[in-house]
This record gives sequence, structure tokens and C-alpha cells, in this order.
Amino acid sequence: MVRTALDQVALEVNNISKSFGGVQALKNVSFTINKGEVVGLLGDNGAGKSTLVRCISGIHQPDSGEILVNEQPVTITSPLDARACGIETVFQDLAMVPEFNITENLFLNREIRHKNPILSWLGWLDTKAMEQKGRKALNRLNSRIPSYTEKIHNLSGGQRQAVAIARAVNWGADIVIMDEPTAALGVEQSAQVNELINIISGQGVAVLLISHNMQHVSETCDRAVVLYQGTSIADVSVKEVSKEQLVSLITGASVSAA
Amino acid sequence: MIITQSQRLNFKQLALKREAFIYYIFFAVLLIFAVALHDTAFLSVNNFMNIIRQTAPVTIMAIGLTFALAVGHIDLSIGSVVALSALVGALLLQHTGIPLAIAGALLVGITIGLINGLLIERLQVSSLLITLGTMGVVTGLARQLTNLESVPIINQDFTFFFGAGEVWGIPVLLIWTLAIALVAFVVLNNLAFGRHLLAAGGSPKAARAMGINVVRVRLTALVISSSAAALAGLLYAGRLHGARYTLGEADLLTVIAAVAIGGTSLFGGRASIIGAILGSLLMGMINNGLILSGFSTNEQMIARGIILIIAVAIGIKELKNG
Repeated sequence: MVRTALDQVALEVNNISKSFGGVQALKNVSFTINKGEVVGLLGDNGAGKSTLVRCISGIHQPDSGEILVNEQPVTITSPLDARACGIETVFQDLAMVPEFNITENLFLNREIRHKNPILSWLGWLDTKAMEQKGRKALNRLNSRIPSYTEKIHNLSGGQRQAVAIARAVNWGADIVIMDEPTAALGVEQSAQVNELINIISGQGVAVLLISHNMQHVSETCDRAVVLYQGTSIADVSVKEVSKEQLVSLITGASVSAA
Repeated sequence: MIITQSQRLNFKQLALKREAFIYYIFFAVLLIFAVALHDTAFLSVNNFMNIIRQTAPVTIMAIGLTFALAVGHIDLSIGSVVALSALVGALLLQHTGIPLAIAGALLVGITIGLINGLLIERLQVSSLLITLGTMGVVTGLARQLTNLESVPIINQDFTFFFGAGEVWGIPVLLIWTLAIALVAFVVLNNLAFGRHLLAAGGSPKAARAMGINVVRVRLTALVISSSAAALAGLLYAGRLHGARYTLGEADLLTVIAAVAIGGTSLFGGRASIIGAILGSLLMGMINNGLILSGFSTNEQMIARGIILIIAVAIGIKELKNG
């Protein structure tokens, strides 16, 4: 069989376990995401979704198990490590400064500095370069942004998501983790976010999508990994199961589809 | 047609912006005094040079405080730092040279800024309470240091550089003000550090998530605020040929009012250096105008208080409107 880019494993999680005090939050969880694939991470509250995501994005360290990025084992002990491995997380609150404009948020703490070495050493900003690069990043997502100097607090929820996703992708992320990206959005804006997810996965980015919204999962995801009380009880192709089956997996009513 | 309309709309939005407010009030006050005091020396170049000279320390404190406010802190200790650093500088000048006197005074500022910052981060208490405490401690130290005695300065070079001197006809106090203002403006608007300051003040959570060391940024801002006050202390000492424990005592209210009216948010995330300068000049102009109109210092104090309340009221209203 001919291996295409899309068959390559971007992220592999192997037998990860994590306990907090006496509570075991994750028990031997394993799954993989291929390049360009969108995998939904489903589960009820307390099923271990957040802990798993925090282990991958460097906020927690797993007690045992390993994480492989592009088939290489990696040690992720901080969010900066995760970023260095090409893993970007789009947080639920989006981690943006409302008073800053789009460009300023896109380049927060990763500013492009002036070409002159002395000015660069001082931390002098190259505003023009950032605007150009920021524009490119947003254009890649076909997003409808009114103006690149618009402040974040003047944007709609969907536009803010677009900026947050653009920021993640702009930093060369191979793997983007999204935490409930449509939780606070209306129907039309959710559809825009779905479109964004399709665009970035089409560009080869692996997406791990945490969601409660079955509609959203069945529309955007290729596969779904279901966590139940800290273990992964299903890893299914979304097209092969119905929404009802997914719901029964999440609630623990059926463990058959796996 | 459509383009002109949108441009007109933009201009209207710009004119209504918070940033523009200081310009209106500045020129309104200027106009009022110019008319009311038309038969005095208010509108003379000499008088304006006087205002600039007198407000130089306040302007520099206001620029320093802008940094603290940018990260969401208030620094109430700046007035007391002025007195202590001026006294330390003046005492060192009696025994050593100018470089050590400057270093000693600035060290006072840096140390108090660090203590403020470390206490706030360690105890997780609001900067308002911590700096109120250090203000008390530092005021006491300044009084104790010389038993309320003044320390005269006879070093002519010092009084030239930090007070009465002129270079090519430009008062050194104006040069100090412009130099500090230029550096502060560049740091806040052109450097990555300025972005991080405002991010730490505007949304500490986002700043942290993006890997900014918020604690270090906040600490640095308080050191800048305190060091600016120490420099203001040297400027007072130079202009008045000596240091006294009362220096800077009455400046805290003036500085906070000046910064607030200039458009810097008292809640972090938005800062304006030009606003701080215009705000300080406005306060100086009001003092000067009130004196020329025959009002007493008591009435000047009332005026300062009212301006602070107006500035805060506008800031709060804007905060609610988002």
C-alpha cells in the first residue's frame, strides 16, 4: 500500500495514566491521530477529557505512558515544550487580550522583532512584518475579518475563534487541540468554526476536538474517541455509528461499539 | 460617497475616543485661564517655562506610575520614595561625589519597588494595601533619617544637572522630562516588553497561557514606578538646593489624578504616556492659574481631588460600556 501524508500518525498517545491523590483520572488511555484527521474526544463531565488534554498540552505530566509526535517519543513538561513539539491548544477562553487588536493577539509573546540586530535585542517590534504575516495566516482560513487593527473585544465569538485558530496554525502547529470551540457560539458561527476546522485539516493539521455537541462531532470529525471513567471505551469512525450510539457510549449505557 | 461617509464616521469615533479627552480638557482649561487671567502674566512664555519646571518631578512620577497601572497595580508609595531618595542622595552628596549620590537615590527606588512587587506576589494581596503599607514605612524612615532636619546641597554641578541648569537655553528639567518621556513612550509602544506589560494588565490569564512571565513583568513595572519616583526626588533636591522629608508628600494625589485624566486605565491594560504628560501639565497649569487668580493651596487641593474624581468617573463609565 502507498503511504500518503494523510496516513502518517501525527500524535500517538500510549497507555497514559494519571492520578490525583487517590483518584485515578486516566487509566491506560491510548489513541492516535493521523495528519489531516479530525478526532473528537468525547465523554461526560469527569470522564477525563480535560486531564488527557492537559497531559498532552504540558499542563499536567502523566504518571505513566508515552506520547509520540510524528512517531518520535517526546517529553512534555510545560506548555512551551508542547508548543516546541508542534502542539497548540486553543483554550475555551481563547487566551486573548480583549484590548489588543488582532495582530497584537496573533503575535503575543512571539513578536516579530526588527531586522536591525541592536533594535531586535531591545525587543523593538516589526509591526509591518507582523501585519503582513498575520494577514496571510487569516487569509489561509478564508476568514471574514473586518480589519486587522480591530480590537478583539469588537469581534464576534466566531471571529475570535478564527483568530485563535489562526494563531495556533500560524505557529506551525501540526497538532491543534480545541476545547469546546463552539460552546458559546450560535448556529451560524458554529458553522463557520466547522468550516475552519475543515480548512486546517485539509492543510494536513491533526485536530483533537473536545466537544459535548454530537451534531458538531458528526459534522466535523472523522473519528471519535470516547472516554468513560478514565478509560477509553471506544475509538470509532463517526460515519459508522449513529449519534444515539455515541450518546449511549458517553453515558456508559453501551460498551459494544468498540 | 460611501468612502467619505465612512471616513466622517471614523473621524467622529476618533473624536469621541477616551484618548482624545485629555486634549479637550487641556485646551478648555487653558482657554478659561487665558480669558480669566488675561491681565496677568499667565500666557507668557516665562510662566509656561515655570509650569514645566515645577511639574517636571510630577511628570516623571506620572510616567512611572503609568507603568504600574499598565499591569493593573497602583503604587501609593511613590510620594514617600521621593522624600527618602532625595534625602539619601543629599546625604551621600555631602560625603561622596555625584555618581554615588545618584546611585544611592536610585537604589532606594529600585529596592522599594522590588519590596512592593515581592510582597504583592508572595502575599497575593492587592497593590493598594501593600503600597499603602510601604508608604507608611518609607515616610517614617525619611523622617527618622535626619530627625526631620533638611539636608542642604551646595554641589553646584548637582544643582545644575538636576535643577536650575540650562543647555543651549533649554532648562535641564525640560530635557529630563522629554528624555524620560521618549524612553517610556518607546518602551510602551515599540518594544515587546510594552506589549507584555499591557497583556499582563489586560488579561493575565491570556498572558500566562501565551508563556509570558506575568510575575516578572509586574515586578519590573513596580520597580520602574518606584525608580521614576527616586529620579523625581533627585530633581526636587536639585531645584530646591536641598532635601526635606516633606518632598513629594503632596504629590501622590496630583500624580494619580494626572495619569487618570490622561487616559490610562486604573484597572490595567491601557496606558498613555502622552496622556500622563498632558495630565501632569494640566495639573501644573491649574495650580499656577489658581495661584495667579489668588486662590490658596487649600483650594488647589480641592481642585485636584475633584479632577481625580472626574477622571475616575469617566474611566468607570467606559469600563461598564465595555
